[in-house]
Amino acid sequence: MAQVSTEQVWDWLDDVPDPEIPVISLVDLGIIRDVRWEEDTLVVSVTPTYSGCPATSVINLDIETALRGHGIDKLELRRQLSPAWTTDWLSQKGRKKLEDYGIAPPQPAGGPAKCPNCGSKNLQKVSQFGSTPCKAHWRCQDCLEPFDYFKCI
Amino acid sequence: MTHDEALLQFLLRMGDNTLILGHRVSEWCGHAPVLEEDIALANTALDLIGQTQLWLGLAADVQGDGKTADDMAFLRDAWDFRNVLLVEMPNGDFGQTLMRQFLFDAWHSIMLGRLITSSDPRVAEIAEKASKEVAYHLERSGDTVVGLADGTEESHARMQAALDYLYPYVGEMFLSDATDAEMVAAGIAPDPAGLRDEYDALVGRIVDTATLTLPDGRFTHKGGRDGRMHTEHLGHLLTQMQWLQRAYPGASW
Repeated sequence: MAQVSTEQVWDWLDDVPDPEIPVISLVDLGIIRDVRWEEDTLVVSVTPTYSGCPATSVINLDIETALRGHGIDKLELRRQLSPAWTTDWLSQKGRKKLEDYGIAPPQPAGGPAKCPNCGSKNLQKVSQFGSTPCKAHWRCQDCLEPFDYFKCI
Repeated sequence: MTHDEALLQFLLRMGDNTLILGHRVSEWCGHAPVLEEDIALANTALDLIGQTQLWLGLAADVQGDGKTADDMAFLRDAWDFRNVLLVEMPNGDFGQTLMRQFLFDAWHSIMLGRLITSSDPRVAEIAEKASKEVAYHLERSGDTVVGLADGTEESHARMQAALDYLYPYVGEMFLSDATDAEMVAAGIAPDPAGLRDEYDALVGRIVDTATLTLPDGRFTHKGGRDGRMHTEHLGHLLTQMQWLQRAYPGASW
């Protein structure tokens, strides 16, 4: 087949959900660092969110499955460590989707801006760690709902 | 000692520290005092194991005989490990586990901060990645040490006992030998001895806030980072960690 444009590949990857937080795509998460053709091989560079995140291998498998499904035969996935992933790379679309899903998006101040359920700012940190390496556990003091906060790194 | 031999030793020291501490912390999985702490400990262990894959993966590349990070973790015996004794010490109670974590995190964060400017880009990029995770570990272990020590009479006494027990293992992190000299000469890593002042300032600040008393003596147990003599605890740890590969050599899924 003729080489598809890298823009097309980015669009395809934007349809691949994060395995742990399926409302956002891998592109929203900011972990796809580069897509390029090297002769007849499509090279996709991926950076891990956390070095021990168990989703990393699933993510690689999902990328491969999606791109092979679109007819890409020669594919190489590269691990790129530097620059290290930062939550600044979350897309605006991704941040909005996180909040709609009930996960407070990362804030430079180091804690959630408001409760994703009721909007209250009366919040309490329960634990610096949550259900996945990228999240912390918070609670709203008004609606009393516990919620995940996407850690800012 | 050739440059590559020294580099290999250095990488094993970094990777074995995170591997052995990561395994120790993972022993709490399902046993921590409350669910949130259980999850926090498991996540810390996960970060450390992830960093281990990077360090021991690079160590295997430098060794150049086709081995992998998994081979390095599961197919070496106690005398091959290069972790400091501190990280192989038993968990004890929850307070002792968090004190050990704090004493290591403080060193780890300072060391990784230096390694970000390593002349070897492979080392620098691992340090850049790991230092973000370790800054988070340090914040949590420091806060928890303060919270427990400046807590009840019982929790204070336990934290002071943990500090008294573990402090004689701190000095080993700052010893220097021929491996370190080679790493310094090549611009790959700093002289560990040069990190002590910054460490003392950091640990001193937290210990004061925590209302604890730092032991006077500077005597240090040693023999882990050069592999001369580990404690009896490492072998017991390996019987658990390496059980599957020993019972079913080559097993994979």
